[in-house]
Amino acid sequence: MSTVANSIFSPELAARFDHLVTIYPLRRSALVPMLLYAQDELGYVSDAAVAEIAERIEILELDVRNVLSYYSMLRTKPAGKYNVQVCTNISCMLRGGYEILDHCKKTLGVGHKETAPDGVFSLEEVECIGACCWAPAMQINYDFHDDLTPEKVDVLFQMYRDGQGKDVK
Amino acid sequence: MADVNFIVDGKQLTAPAGTLLIEACKSAGIEIPAFCYYPGLSLQAACRMCVVRIEKMPKLQTACTTPVAEGMVVQTETPEIAQARKATLQLLLGNHPLDCPVCDAGGECELQDMTFKYGAADSFYAEPKNHREEQKWSPVVYFDRPRCILCYRCVRMCGEGMDVFALGIQNRGSSSVIAPNVPAQMSPDDLPHVDCEQCGMCIDACPVGALTSGTYRYKTRPWEMNHVATVCTHCGDGCKTTLGVRSTSDGSEIVRGDNRDKSGINGDFLCNKGRYAFDFANHEGRITQPLVRQTNGEFKSVSWEVALDLVGKKFRELRDTRGGKSIGVIGGNRLTNEEAYLLQKFARTVLGTNNIDHHRTADYVSFAQALAGQTNRTASLRDTLTAPSVLIVGGDPTIQAPGTAWNLRTNVRLNRAKLYIANSEPIKLRRQAKAFVQLSPFGYSALTSYLAGDDASASSAASDATGLSAFRDVVKSEENLLILIGSELRGADLRKLIAFGLTLPGAKFALLSDYANSRGAADMGLLPDMLPGYNPVGSSSPLATEYTANTTSGSLAPGLDMLEIFDAAGKGDLSALYVVNSNPVARYGVDAAALKNTFVVVQEMFLTETAALADVILPAANLYEKAGSVTNSYGDLQQVKKAGDRAGVRTDFEMIVRIADKMGTNMRALVPFGKGLRADMGQTRGAQSGEADRHSIWLTAQNLEPRLSPFDPLAILDEIQRLVPGYNILRLQLLSGNDQHLSPAAPAELVQITTRRDLVLPANDSLFTSGTLGRYSTMLSDLQHNESLRPSSLLTQIQTAAD
Amino acid sequence: MPALVSHPDEVKVISRRFGMGAADIEKYIELDGYKAVQQAIANGPAWIIDTMKASGLRGRGGAGFPTGMKWSFVPKVSEKPKYVLVNGDESEPGTCKDHVIFLHDPHAVIEGTMIAGLAIGSKLGFIYLRGEYRYLLKIVEKAVADAYAKGFLGKNIFGTGVDFDIITQTGAGAYEVGEESALMESLEGKRGVPRIKPPFPAVVGLYGGPTVINNAETIANAPHILLMGGEAYAKLGTERNGGTRLFGISGHVERPGVYELPMGYSLRKAIYEVAGGIKDGKKLKAVVPGGASCPVLTADEIDVGLDFDQMGKAGTMLGSGGIVVLDETVSIVEFALRTIAFYQHESCGWCIPCREGTDWIKKTLTRVYNGGGSRKDVDNVQYLAENMMGRTFCPLGDAAAMPTLGFVKKFRKEFEEYIDGNRAGTPLITVEQLVGAGH
Repeated sequence: MSTVANSIFSPELAARFDHLVTIYPLRRSALVPMLLYAQDELGYVSDAAVAEIAERIEILELDVRNVLSYYSMLRTKPAGKYNVQVCTNISCMLRGGYEILDHCKKTLGVGHKETAPDGVFSLEEVECIGACCWAPAMQINYDFHDDLTPEKVDVLFQMYRDGQGKDVK
Repeated sequence: MADVNFIVDGKQLTAPAGTLLIEACKSAGIEIPAFCYYPGLSLQAACRMCVVRIEKMPKLQTACTTPVAEGMVVQTETPEIAQARKATLQLLLGNHPLDCPVCDAGGECELQDMTFKYGAADSFYAEPKNHREEQKWSPVVYFDRPRCILCYRCVRMCGEGMDVFALGIQNRGSSSVIAPNVPAQMSPDDLPHVDCEQCGMCIDACPVGALTSGTYRYKTRPWEMNHVATVCTHCGDGCKTTLGVRSTSDGSEIVRGDNRDKSGINGDFLCNKGRYAFDFANHEGRITQPLVRQTNGEFKSVSWEVALDLVGKKFRELRDTRGGKSIGVIGGNRLTNEEAYLLQKFARTVLGTNNIDHHRTADYVSFAQALAGQTNRTASLRDTLTAPSVLIVGGDPTIQAPGTAWNLRTNVRLNRAKLYIANSEPIKLRRQAKAFVQLSPFGYSALTSYLAGDDASASSAASDATGLSAFRDVVKSEENLLILIGSELRGADLRKLIAFGLTLPGAKFALLSDYANSRGAADMGLLPDMLPGYNPVGSSSPLATEYTANTTSGSLAPGLDMLEIFDAAGKGDLSALYVVNSNPVARYGVDAAALKNTFVVVQEMFLTETAALADVILPAANLYEKAGSVTNSYGDLQQVKKAGDRAGVRTDFEMIVRIADKMGTNMRALVPFGKGLRADMGQTRGAQSGEADRHSIWLTAQNLEPRLSPFDPLAILDEIQRLVPGYNILRLQLLSGNDQHLSPAAPAELVQITTRRDLVLPANDSLFTSGTLGRYSTMLSDLQHNESLRPSSLLTQIQTAAD
Repeated sequence: MPALVSHPDEVKVISRRFGMGAADIEKYIELDGYKAVQQAIANGPAWIIDTMKASGLRGRGGAGFPTGMKWSFVPKVSEKPKYVLVNGDESEPGTCKDHVIFLHDPHAVIEGTMIAGLAIGSKLGFIYLRGEYRYLLKIVEKAVADAYAKGFLGKNIFGTGVDFDIITQTGAGAYEVGEESALMESLEGKRGVPRIKPPFPAVVGLYGGPTVINNAETIANAPHILLMGGEAYAKLGTERNGGTRLFGISGHVERPGVYELPMGYSLRKAIYEVAGGIKDGKKLKAVVPGGASCPVLTADEIDVGLDFDQMGKAGTMLGSGGIVVLDETVSIVEFALRTIAFYQHESCGWCIPCREGTDWIKKTLTRVYNGGGSRKDVDNVQYLAENMMGRTFCPLGDAAAMPTLGFVKKFRKEFEEYIDGNRAGTPLITVEQLVGAGH
């Protein structure tokens, strides 16, 4: 096992990564989870994270970038502390998904893939998140919020601003 | 595998089971179009152009992924299939810029050809095409993203073919893009770049104009060039490179090098030097007029007649007054065989000296002596692609012989060949090796002893005793092993290694050297102690006998070697030095003062360190501007064709002939042209007659016509074929541009294991240098500069890459 | 947490433990949990496969391949290790059934994975959830840890000498990874691009080993089937369509939700009775019956039974069981645009017809939606879709082409009228939002 000296990650995450590369039949299988966990900790997948993950998995940085750029949840630029992801796919659209998206844009003052100046919220229009029967729905970071109305969205944002939002990782 | 029978377009065909349908069809003359399919690289099934209809299959199938099967019935051109292909082309053309009139690939573009065939000219789209700025990935690789059709050939070529993995695929869907390994944000100039071997194979593989060459782009149109297939001058592999030439006011200019029809000994491969480094021919420092040093020390341009008169007169005078043994001759590694042969014959029979040498980059004399009397023991470059197992001792083919390295990687990848490597450096090919032993510095001698059975040498050979022992065991168990030897192995070590190899059944050998005709220079006797074909000077071989008959002074003893020539000069014993296509002053660090009392004649393209010390400089043509033949490291003979032309310069062949003429030489004795040549002029006939004109009889026996001109290199080729053992050339093979393998081993009875001086000096070229010549290639300089901009992280990275 | 719904017509097999706290291992055991796997160990692989074959269970991911048969394709002897792979990359728009399974009954997935492993002789299973389901991964991770703690997973499970391990992980946002070979690529740390077939996963799958890959619902059915018997399960459904399945009814209905209905249940009843009919008393316009990739049915075409064969006969597909209901206010032009925008966003880009085809259909429909269309554009869209069908590297191309063809063929008049300026429906997407649609 190659543990990395001077890891850019927290000791907990570094230890988790040390373990992660050992559980699969092939080391490289740890790549997608690692990218997610790195993003959870850093807010995005930085160049330094790419370099360390490449080293840990023993692949080229180019390979990491090829994979990183494929998955839509992974980003290479910071987002807000709370990334609001509004689904506008068919089931949500039929029940007001675009209305919710518009409301978020107005309330947060940002557009698709933008971050508010205070860095608290960022907004993203996303494809189906698998909450079709409870539409319209959105995720704030990894938390689902269903059956939304503009009013419910306001309450949610306030909760997060007040630090009461859950933050599953 | 067993053959299967199947029907394609009504034709009954047979092919080995497992053959891909697309290949089986190609063999039968049925061309199935494809963008992503590339023989030998992994399958993609991405472009959907090769779709065919196979009976009992619900959908159209891709011929590139379908193996033929017994009883299969296939249609390859039906209205349904044509429509599918047309629709695919329409989709591609939706975003593909139609800048064909200015695109480098215009006229050579697979997308153009297919559009022509399937007629997808109509467009349904009103939306503007996606535009992206072109990117300069390196001095030689440019990427025009909108033209890219995402066939992934470049990605595979770089990864699977080159083992470099510098290109990837990023993003997804219609945003997918080929991405190089240095992203913009990691680059000082904020632009993406490629950190790689700059071989240009990605450009070669690109079916469209998405990847273009820095040397060629926007220079000309393909149909405005003549395409001349010749042999690359830069390394010992002797790859075929096709030079695109265009007429200019002072000759014809080479504007492109590529692997146009992939018909050469190098198959699909061509490296950066073969592809880009032709540009020395167009360098502004090119000398195009003879220069004679004046009493004030400065050079003055003179006419050819004046220059040649002067050289001829001076050579004759010095030979007659101070003797041939006071003259030294140095030849080059990039001369043709004909020129090298002529040069040594001129030295030995006209100047009367054995003081002749060249920059030796491998010990071919020991190689030939060790294999004396053996047959079928030398390997062709082609064998590196097919040998079931290969042992490499010394050398670093990836850098020194990229074509060899390509073949070895391909052989491992496609045929699962077993590669064993012993080297004092962790060379890159070890990534493909089944076993690698890292030798101690200078451990080659000990290794050869160890292989030969001397277990006591193990500790001096390598630190890993267990590994070394296992290595020897596995190598010894191999049959038909191909043994590739680097220039580190010389003299006794080389002979010992070959002796070990000869104990293995079917083993074959090759010794790697550094330039286009390094091997030919040795074969042709640019050596003080060896006549052509490794006939020792003073022996009684037919060649030696014939030479002696023509020798003005009895030069039966070996002459001075390279270092002795300069020593003699330093002592004032060298009256004249004739340097043909070589730069010994730089290569051997010769003190300029040593030559101050020597009449120095240099045939050169540029004012090199050696030329700068000359009394007369004769402007020379390079290998791309002349015809003849060269022999690669392996002994594969190939034809060189004249591609470029430069007003004012002459070939080395012509210059030697002209100087000999000016010396009053019997030209027919030097170059056997015309009918009836020598003493008896045909009074006697018959092979039994020692007095007979052997050459005429030989020509008649070979059904060959006498050559009409002393400037015809074929006249000398005739003599090479007649006199040099091993050079029994097939003319048709040579003149049709094919390679043929020769093995000029020394005659067994003449083997003399003497203590020859080791004068091998490896060129130590990198991927981006090529001796003195390389310094005059702007592209190679650019690539060196490009390389210096980044710390070389690639090699360390690639070696840890998992797959 | 998503609300649970229920209706008297439901037949609860897989949803039997929903809402009963079965994510807790003790509760799960109390509700007959981990009994089936012990029976499986006792009775052996042949019995498992026979029972699964008898059940008539067909893959719940969408393609409907018979599960027992799939398991029987795995070679008995293999040099390379064999694997079980649970596809929880639920991404088909309109589909959220696996979501509830992971939420309410994660142990059923674990137990099903073990059963599949026993059937094919594998010792390692993977449960792969889509990246957005991180909170569900937490639930599954805990369930797996609890099972290990009980000795149900790991070495010598239940003291029987059998070993079985499970690794859980998520993706990172890619519809395409729901395709089985793309999922394997993703699990191997690569881009989610499908593999060339053949070889099929049963022979050469994950890490080159023989692999059974099943949808999470399919796998979660296995313990129930073993407990109740294959025939009993089969009888719940129709011929060649055994059992029940989860249907997610969404869109313009009064009571959207995930319902477990017997195979062959009437689509009309599912909409009008189970889901409470069209929202706000509006009229039905169309139904997308099995996730976004299934060709649309008009209001007149809903008298059809919800099983693979009947839906096929009706010119559409049962798909993933995600029924999306559109009322009279919906503009089909808009709906078609939003659908293709999704596939354009999710196309992996590997092959030309899908990469370029989805892009051009989206561009053309965007222009039409914006008022810049001509009637020729409808022909072009149809031509593009027809030329994608059956010609792409993987089924995503078909998934994009099929609904598009359905819309332009069945609602051609609406497209033409829209182009002529006579726009039906209430716009949901504004022109500014179009820029973002599908990003």
